[in-house]
Amino acid sequence: MEFVSPEGLRLDGRRPLEMRQLRAEIGAVSKADGSAVFEMGNTKVIAAVYGPREVENRAQQMNDQALVRCEYTMANFSTGDRVRKPKGDRRSTEISMVIRQTMEACIMTHLMPRSQIDIFVQVLQADGGTRSACINAATLALADAGIPMRDLVTSCSAGYLNTTPLLDLNYVEDSAGGPDVTVGYLPKLDKVTLLQMDSKLPLDTFESVMQLAIEGCKAVANYLREVLLENTKQLEYRRGS
Amino acid sequence: MLQSKSFVKKTKGGKVVKVVREHYLRDDIYCGASICKTCDSSVARLSSDASTIIIVDTNVVLNQIDLLENSAIDEVVVLSVVLEEVKNKNLSVYNRLRTLCSNSQRKFFVFSNEHHKETYVKAMVNESPNDRNDRAIRVATQWYQKHLGSAVRVLMITNDRENKRKANEEGISAETVESYVKSLGQPALLDLLARPASEDVVMDSVEDLRPSKRKVIYSEHKPMSEITTGLHRGIYHQGKLRVNRYNPFEAYVGSESIGDEIVIHGRTNMNRAFDGDVVAVELFPQDQWHAEKSRIADEEDEEDESVHLVQSSADDAPRSTNVQGSSADTTPSRPSGCVVGVIKRNWHSYCGSLEPMPMPAGAGGIAHALFVSKDRRIPKIRIQTRQLGNLLDKRIVVAVDSWDRLSRYPSGHYVQTIGEIGDRETETEVVLIENDINSRPFSSQVLACLPPLPWSVSAEHLSDPNREDLRHLQVFSVDPPGCRDIDDALHCTLLPNGNFAVGVHIADVTNFVHPGTPLDDEASQRGTSVYLVERRIDMLPKPLTEDICSLRSDVERLAFSVIWEITPQADIISSRFTKSVIKSCAAMSYVEAQARMDDSRLVDPLTTDLRNMNVLAKIMRQRRIDRGALTLASAEVKFQIDTETHDPLDIGMYQIREANQMVEEFMLAANVSVAEKVLKHFPFCSMLRRHPTPTREMLEPLLRTAAAVGLDLDVSSSKALADSLDRAVGNDPYFNKLIRILATRCMSQAVYFCSGDLSPPEYLHYGLAAPLYTHFTSPIRRYADVVIHRLLAASIGISKLPAIFQDRPQLTSIADNLNYRHRNAQMAGRASVELHTLIYFRKRPTDTEARIVKIRSNGFIVFVPKYGIEGPVYLTARGDNGSGEWLVDEQHQQVKKADSSICYNVLQMVRIHMEVVEPQPNRPKLELTLTE
Ligand SMILES: [Zn+2]
Repeated sequence: MEFVSPEGLRLDGRRPLEMRQLRAEIGAVSKADGSAVFEMGNTKVIAAVYGPREVENRAQQMNDQALVRCEYTMANFSTGDRVRKPKGDRRSTEISMVIRQTMEACIMTHLMPRSQIDIFVQVLQADGGTRSACINAATLALADAGIPMRDLVTSCSAGYLNTTPLLDLNYVEDSAGGPDVTVGYLPKLDKVTLLQMDSKLPLDTFESVMQLAIEGCKAVANYLREVLLENTKQLEYRRGS
Repeated sequence: MLQSKSFVKKTKGGKVVKVVREHYLRDDIYCGASICKTCDSSVARLSSDASTIIIVDTNVVLNQIDLLENSAIDEVVVLSVVLEEVKNKNLSVYNRLRTLCSNSQRKFFVFSNEHHKETYVKAMVNESPNDRNDRAIRVATQWYQKHLGSAVRVLMITNDRENKRKANEEGISAETVESYVKSLGQPALLDLLARPASEDVVMDSVEDLRPSKRKVIYSEHKPMSEITTGLHRGIYHQGKLRVNRYNPFEAYVGSESIGDEIVIHGRTNMNRAFDGDVVAVELFPQDQWHAEKSRIADEEDEEDESVHLVQSSADDAPRSTNVQGSSADTTPSRPSGCVVGVIKRNWHSYCGSLEPMPMPAGAGGIAHALFVSKDRRIPKIRIQTRQLGNLLDKRIVVAVDSWDRLSRYPSGHYVQTIGEIGDRETETEVVLIENDINSRPFSSQVLACLPPLPWSVSAEHLSDPNREDLRHLQVFSVDPPGCRDIDDALHCTLLPNGNFAVGVHIADVTNFVHPGTPLDDEASQRGTSVYLVERRIDMLPKPLTEDICSLRSDVERLAFSVIWEITPQADIISSRFTKSVIKSCAAMSYVEAQARMDDSRLVDPLTTDLRNMNVLAKIMRQRRIDRGALTLASAEVKFQIDTETHDPLDIGMYQIREANQMVEEFMLAANVSVAEKVLKHFPFCSMLRRHPTPTREMLEPLLRTAAAVGLDLDVSSSKALADSLDRAVGNDPYFNKLIRILATRCMSQAVYFCSGDLSPPEYLHYGLAAPLYTHFTSPIRRYADVVIHRLLAASIGISKLPAIFQDRPQLTSIADNLNYRHRNAQMAGRASVELHTLIYFRKRPTDTEARIVKIRSNGFIVFVPKYGIEGPVYLTARGDNGSGEWLVDEQHQQVKKADSSICYNVLQMVRIHMEVVEPQPNRPKLELTLTE
């Protein structure tokens, strides 16, 4: 199948190095300590953060750092087909773990010993790149909750179809079965904290695809920073009035 | 950066699901006109002095692609909405259009109107997709006119009456294809116009098409909905129609639903289906199966059979001998039926010539002519032409447009002229076109992949730890005389322990052809070199085939070597594989090698090596035959060609010597060793070669003939068959070879396949009685060998396995393409021999011996061993089907005169006269007649 036309357009009209449209909103769940909705094109994810708070299960309490927990779910209406997905299936467990590890790596957990931070992410609408969207949403929610972080961790995916590296695959491109590299990245520290790949790629191609995903992460980071800045301004304004 | 818009798309997979896809509209899509001031002109394709820019609609592309391909049509904007529609309707037209758009000589520009923010249109309520797309085309046309201003006329071309009317209303200039072509003032272009069966805008028609004047010839095709339900309920059967190459009135449809082939007798039952079409078939009741066959036998017998080369395998031979007019004593074993609908057309363009006809009164007018394809499986095609006088003695290409139930023949249009009929170059060109062989020179991108010349082995190659220096070995090659692309060489040294070290050294083509390069893509597409009588069409550019890769004598060359330790009893003790550097000491012809071995005075090291190898090869060969390998026979002919005129000077059977068999034996052994090695390392992605076991049904013609001459063949296994073939000796020396030739043509051909697609028992190579086989020894001229070289290099750990091997569907499609190319190359080779046979006998009427191989009601088919050809001999005058005078006895395969005075048996020898006759001007053919 042709995923990039000879005119250089992808199926949805983007060029290979373009990301889908990003949109973010902070404070969608008022009960939570921090929350955010994050959209990458038609992929829409909501994240809510509780904590730092007392550890529920005393046995899990750590004396030198905070306990980070994460729960990932997919709304039943998030995909077109009405298939009931059992909670806690292997895929969800795996993604929960990936998100937890990525977030844990950027939260300054040692500042909050004997406490617990809960991150809930739910996919409202899935159109490829859900993993990345979840991480980005979680980052925003954590920032909203005022949890100290080393950097804003951001994520983006890139793939390789029709011998062209493509940034930010949507569902159709993702289901082509080609290689799909998801990167989690700390832009200030210039560090990759998550790297996942489906299928195989020759090494030199892999490097260019990964570099592309990193560029995507940087773009996401810029956007998130703008959103947070705007949000802070709003808060300031409200407090001032 | 970009704007976003979501829209709703419909169904996917059986159920109806609402799919939301993003659709980005952009402002950075350019118009492609070099006069434009606002757009980026670096991507412009339309020239600055164009006075008219045309925009074509989908149906114009689908129907008139031949016209668009003519260089008279240029300055064309192709909209992405049109491309998309064309792609969904006809992939081959889509590919041709894409080729046009990427051809830098032509001025075709693709405008992505669907993603341009000003030309994107959203479907309105109750608007059909067709109407919406038509509107999109009009909007784009209008945008272009506004964008480019009055300096240029933007013309929309459509044959859709409604669309044209709306365009005119909206102030867009629109014309039909015909009126546009007329306005160009080149009448010959009008011949290229396709005439669709039912069209909105009437083209001028001279023909009397009034239904009342014409009778219905074919039954109606069932509507698609009915076919779908019929297929579902098992009333109809779907499959690809294959017309018998040697009897165009018989076709087969391989049906999965009944697990057998359905025979379609006669053009009426084929009901306008072409070879390669996917059709729906309805079966006749079983008691009619045989009746159908004999009823058809004397239908439209308009063409008589031509003399042709002897078939080399079952794939190009009829599966059941069709004895015409025979009594219905055999049981109707195969289902027969008729076509009720065509699911997918396989129409393309065909090579041939017009049927001779008188010039119509008032020359210069439009003439209706019948086109006869070279490919006998294709029916005659009606075309309109304004240049009849010009075309009558030419080979031309014609494309099919439609076939309605009122016409006996399909209608089509003229595409191009190849040259004069009978001219050797024209006819060779026809052979190439017919077999889809790319004979164009290699592109500059491909040539850019070659190493700079002159090339030689460098110090780098010698110091490569993965490459062994074997220059000290006495390596030599044995090939046909005049061979310049030498891809194999051998050596044989006596080891201290009394065993032999035998090496097969193959040109290291993959050292120069790297995966993913234009050179590799081209070679993979061509698949094989094609050998015609007077010409060779290379798979790889000449510097590689004849110089850099060719293992010529006295130069250092890179090779991929298989080296065995073999005992004097010819048992292989060990084998190893390595890349190497060799220096051949002699490039011999078969004759030279044979002469050396036979000359007992010679005791030099080279001759000793040859003799040793020959001893080993004989043992290996015997062992292989004992295992059940078939020694089949084919009738290969060889021409001696005049170097100046390229006309054939002499013709004769290819003589096979011991030296040939010796080289062949070691090549087989190398192929088997390599197959074992790569399969061990890559069980799922190896490319192997299999030869399917023939079914009893396929061997039926052989058994029937054998039974008629009182010979009992055991076909239960290849071993049994091989043994009974050995026992088949009659009282004349040629009898055994004849039986072997008949056996060969019952077998199907060997094919390439991907090991992951089949289970190990299916890997069997029946003819060689080898459980595993592949092609490793000719990478210069076969792409399969290139693939195997890469696999072997990866399995001995000296290079990475290219990414393609992780993609099984793609590997399978490579194998399919190689099988297709291989087969076409063979067909082309045969056609070329047939052509030269005709040229040879044109000046040389000859009397010779022939063997009867098949009995007919009005004569028989003979095989002429000396020239490797086969053709009909008629006992009665043409048109007379021999009713009464001659009787056919099918059981004994004989035809005898009613009064029993003369009788001809199958396999009997007859003397015949061969002469080229021209029953119609410019249509020479070889005729065989009895001299007794
Ligand atoms: Zn422009």
